Amino acid sequence: MSDTEATSGFEEMPVGDEAGTATTEAQTRFGVPATSSRRQQVLHPTRDQLVDLARTLRDDEGFRVCIDLTAVDYLTYEAPRQLPPDVAPERFEVVVGLLALDTRERLRLRVQVPADDATCPSLFDVHPGTEGLEREVYDMFGIEFTGHPDLSRILMPEDWDGFPLRKDYPVGAIPVEFKGVQNAR
Amino acid sequence: MTSSPTPTRRPVVASVSDLPALSTDDTARTYEGSQELTPRKGAGAAELMREVGSVLRMSEVEVAALAEDQPTEDQTMILNMGPQHPSTHGVLRLMLELEGETVLRSKPVIGYLHTGMEKTGETLTYLQGPTNVTRMDYASPLFNELVFSQATETLLGIDQDIPPRAQWIRMLLCELNRMSSHLLFLATNGLDLGAVSMMLFGWREREETLRLLEMITGLRMNHNFIRPGGVAADLPDGWRDAVLRVLDLCTPRLDEYDELLTGQPIFRARLQGVGVITTDEAIALGATGPILRSTGLPWDLRKDMPYLFYDQVEFAAVVGSYGDAFDRYAIRLNEVRESMAIVRQILDALPAGDYRIQDRKVTPPPRARIDESMEALIHHFKIFTEGFKVPEGEVYCAVESPRGELGCYMVSDGSAVPYRMHIRGPSFVNVQALPHMLRGGLIADAVAVISSVDPIMGETDR
Amino acid sequence: MGWDMKQGLEGLDHNIFTAKVEDLVNWARRRSFWGVTFGLACCALEMMAAGASHYDLGRFGMEVFRASPRQSDLMIVAGRLSQKMAPVLRQVYDQMMEPKWVLSMGVCASTGGMFNNYALVQGVDQIVPVDVYAPGCPPGPETLIHAINTIHEQIQSGELLRRREARGDGAGAGVVVEQRDGQPEPATPAAMGGGG
Repeated sequence: MSDTEATSGFEEMPVGDEAGTATTEAQTRFGVPATSSRRQQVLHPTRDQLVDLARTLRDDEGFRVCIDLTAVDYLTYEAPRQLPPDVAPERFEVVVGLLALDTRERLRLRVQVPADDATCPSLFDVHPGTEGLEREVYDMFGIEFTGHPDLSRILMPEDWDGFPLRKDYPVGAIPVEFKGVQNAR
Repeated sequence: MTSSPTPTRRPVVASVSDLPALSTDDTARTYEGSQELTPRKGAGAAELMREVGSVLRMSEVEVAALAEDQPTEDQTMILNMGPQHPSTHGVLRLMLELEGETVLRSKPVIGYLHTGMEKTGETLTYLQGPTNVTRMDYASPLFNELVFSQATETLLGIDQDIPPRAQWIRMLLCELNRMSSHLLFLATNGLDLGAVSMMLFGWREREETLRLLEMITGLRMNHNFIRPGGVAADLPDGWRDAVLRVLDLCTPRLDEYDELLTGQPIFRARLQGVGVITTDEAIALGATGPILRSTGLPWDLRKDMPYLFYDQVEFAAVVGSYGDAFDRYAIRLNEVRESMAIVRQILDALPAGDYRIQDRKVTPPPRARIDESMEALIHHFKIFTEGFKVPEGEVYCAVESPRGELGCYMVSDGSAVPYRMHIRGPSFVNVQALPHMLRGGLIADAVAVISSVDPIMGETDR
Repeated sequence: MGWDMKQGLEGLDHNIFTAKVEDLVNWARRRSFWGVTFGLACCALEMMAAGASHYDLGRFGMEVFRASPRQSDLMIVAGRLSQKMAPVLRQVYDQMMEPKWVLSMGVCASTGGMFNNYALVQGVDQIVPVDVYAPGCPPGPETLIHAINTIHEQIQSGELLRRREARGDGAGAGVVVEQRDGQPEPATPAAMGGGG
């Protein structure tokens, strides 16, 4: 009844199906490299292509809603980045989510932003709803959006130093002390 | 480390050295610099272009024409509303530029409830994640847990294998939560407009739904019940009678609200024509949920991009026609009725089965097996201390919360904690639509409009 | 027993009781205890539930939450206090008039709760002096009512004001009474050698 193996092989157990990694052959859609991630469509424009692509998608392809705009700091990312072969990975990635109401389709744009030049063109002229979302990305990551009408902090106090969601910014946890514990481990 | 004999007051600043110190000069300061509304001298056609022009896609010539007869600075006053205010639905700070009682410009200043949940989410395992995200939209916490669990399951690749009973239970809980959230809206909407008794009525019904949720999940709020893989426990005995009791109780009382509010001339006069937004403006601003539906566009994720088993139940997406605050009130009132209809259908359709997936990597084993099997004990230990590992990738999942599209963008690097966990809070985007809706109205309308947008600051600031 | 008018005022001695003014004042204070609206997050919903009809704070005289701090006695800090909100909390607290009490509702207000990170003040007692802490996440209305009743007991016994006097915490209004007309000094607790 007892298991003879010391460990149950927990780490080696496969989980579900690991489908949806980046395709090896280059695919493009709307002129930019495209991949699929867990059956979701992802495009990889460069920073210069972003605004025109968003405008084309909005006007011609029906992606009228910018549903989300966020960023990721890949500084301590240890796994292989799932990017098409001709896209160079950078430290930051700005991720834009688009939604087409008529065709009920979602699309995601991932834009590489280098650490030494943390700027990205603003999507405000194409989607005014990105105003607050871009301010949040600036506040949390320090990525400046050129052409944004009012780039200021939105979540942190005005005089805050640092960009909290960067990976080199500490969580800021205070070690919890329990009074009466004589031997602190 | 010796403890000092007399307890000393802890210093005001945290012990992490690179956090800014809050000196005594600063403690009473509430000035947020460029986040606030700048006086009119700096504004003008450019700001109008940004506020109105971008949304309405006006040309610069049209905006300049609009800007010609704007009042001068000494005729207007900037009034600060909040963050401590009875009508701002939490800690929303609204700066209004007024000419008399008319609102010319406004700017919401948020961040007063910023909790660093996305940063905390990077330190918690996937099983602990729902406890964190559930406190974002605290009026409808089960939706946050649902979207987080869905994102985790999609990354794991098990999203098609969740047992049907678990999905139906999730639907049941989410619809009950939608009811309690909309009842909260009805209560606070009434209170903001002066119908104080509506506050007590709404809470009376909400208490019934909260008691039901407490019976099922164990907590009145912030349940941490919907977890990756299913739900935390099966439904308790007697749940069916309890649900039917709540439904039978609420149905006639909703008609009472119709009598109390919907037909009342004062209520209608305060809400009709107030805070009007058109479909194109709402789409441009990214507003979803009742705001978008009030403009006439029947966009409801449950119907248009169904998840769980919403394609197997019959319900209507409630749609308004004028895009004003009254439509949003009526939409939410009728959505309570639609949710009750969905719950009745779920009662009939709920199958037997597992309440969580039996994948051993994700689900802790049943407690009895821990005594018998070493493997089960190790699985339990690993899942609760280290957490299960999720393969690398990135995914975006969305559900229809009572406030709009609630989305979760998650990036995993193959470890037991998310690498990046971002929640797209509908209130964050809806609050951006406020300046557009407040323009040209009165201050009293500002209260009504904020109430009709129904922001929850927990998910706005995260 | 009835009042025999023929006996005049002597017949009234069963209907008159004597008390210290301090006790009467404490009795009045605890029974009409108005709070300032300071609901921040999830705990605010449970605070509203406590004020609603099922858990009814009105039976303690507390159904009214005044928006203006000038008109309130109690500040229930209900929810997590972020760094940006901390100066606002202090400002509202300073605007309240003495005597005032603070109830820290929920674990986020008491200690920072589950959010031990850069964004939250780890306990509002870093900003304002707290009288009672109500634990829970969120504390149910019954816990909140228990906490409020605890403050009531402490008000009735005068314990809170005595503690503050002894600690010199500045919760007293800092009023200095000067006798300028040659009369003897008034008997304040401080003059009588500290609280006890």
